Amino acid sequence: MISARNKTRLLKTLLICVGLVPFLLLLLATLNDQLGANAIQTLHFSLGDWALRFLMIGLALTPIKIITQQAWPLRYRRILGLLAFFYASLHVLVYVALDLSWSWAAFVDEVPKSPYILVGLLTYLILVPLAMTSTKAMQKRLARRWLTLHKLVYVAALTACLHYLWLVKLDISQPLIYLGLWLVLISIRVYRLKTG
Amino acid sequence: MKPTIHTQSNALRAEITDKAVFESRRAFIKSTAMLSAGLMLPSLGQAQAELNDKLTITAREHVTHYTNYYEFSTNKQDATELAKPLITKPWRVEVSGEIEKPGLYHLDDILKANAIEERIYRFRCVEAWSMVVPWLGFPLGEMLARFKPTSRAKFVEFTTLYNPEIMIAQRSTILDWPYVEGLRMDEAMHPLTILATGMYGEDLPNQNGAPLRLIVPWKYGFKSIKAIVKIHFRETLPDTAWHKSAPSEYGFYANVNPEVSHPRWSQSRERVLGASIFTPKRATELFNGYGQQVASLYTGMDLTRSI
Repeated sequence: MISARNKTRLLKTLLICVGLVPFLLLLLATLNDQLGANAIQTLHFSLGDWALRFLMIGLALTPIKIITQQAWPLRYRRILGLLAFFYASLHVLVYVALDLSWSWAAFVDEVPKSPYILVGLLTYLILVPLAMTSTKAMQKRLARRWLTLHKLVYVAALTACLHYLWLVKLDISQPLIYLGLWLVLISIRVYRLKTG
Repeated sequence: MKPTIHTQSNALRAEITDKAVFESRRAFIKSTAMLSAGLMLPSLGQAQAELNDKLTITAREHVTHYTNYYEFSTNKQDATELAKPLITKPWRVEVSGEIEKPGLYHLDDILKANAIEERIYRFRCVEAWSMVVPWLGFPLGEMLARFKPTSRAKFVEFTTLYNPEIMIAQRSTILDWPYVEGLRMDEAMHPLTILATGMYGEDLPNQNGAPLRLIVPWKYGFKSIKAIVKIHFRETLPDTAWHKSAPSEYGFYANVNPEVSHPRWSQSRERVLGASIFTPKRATELFNGYGQQVASLYTGMDLTRSI
């Protein structure tokens, strides 16, 4: 028999492995030149998609806990948050390194002209301190303030949705689905707070 | 002065159906160009080499799998499959409005009257990417002149086929269907403006706008309307599809201009389709590099206002 603690550890490892599958597939596609006509954009958008997906799954854990009345979902919040941060970091890296080719001039030209990039940048700037303070040690050190700080993830998820919504040319169905999901996940929390 | 047209050959339709011939001709042009460039001869070959260098043709595979064909899908990869059921033969074009010879014309008859030639143009999308495509087609102006436009013809309006059975995204309301585009008369008559019927030495694939599409190389790609069924000459400005959908973002002129940003993104640079991921974006040129030929059309116009 595996102990409960070992079981959680195993599931966490499994979650990390599964979470890295999209990255490995994208890496393979990049190396094999299978990203299509606009390779950088395909890579950039896919990484952004995965960052948003993991952010949303992470946000869904507390509602799942509320609904199922079980504590286990909360154990996976850190991993999901860090997976989201991992994909968001690669998303930003692809933009700066490949799309802008590290050109400061291009950055200065493009970013102010694109409200959606500004919102995306803001999202990432929110995620950085959250990832930095994700360790158990930091959690202890910051004590109560840690919880307050990490509430910022709701804001980051919202700005991530707006970032997506703002860049789309015409068909806004995808970003609206994410935005709707965000609303539902937040509503469950708010409802819980009100009813105690 | 006669404008320079980036044309590499004037071929009859019958001669260009063979792709192998097309490829070998291209290889020949390239090798002779490189040879003369290598010998430092200030010859036509060198000019050709410079032109080739400036216009590196995009792999056909990319051009056929990256299309904005919203009648089928908003996903650029999807139209390749979804457009297959579209029947493009026979095809008729209704020509109407301020002309002496209105009527319903069979595409076959139009093609008989217009010699097909190849034009290698850079195609710049409003989404800040570009590709270089060897189109097959004929000058729009020469065809329009035969319909004898009257003095009241100030604009030409083009309409795409409306067939929601096949063009499945026309069942949605993302754009006001059918797609409509238009040109000012002088833009339509300009020798760089063509109606394309093919690319890469073959007929146009359905997803690229078969059987008949517009190509206006100095304007953003959305002006180059696909699957044309109507050509209407009118006195007033046509209300075009993207302009109707977002007037502040997509103007009637839509001339490529690195200085005028889209309200949501910069237009100063463009991603070249098919380039390696480490290739930097190229600087976008005013009028997509065709300024020498077309800038005079807009003398006295404020290009930052008339977008």
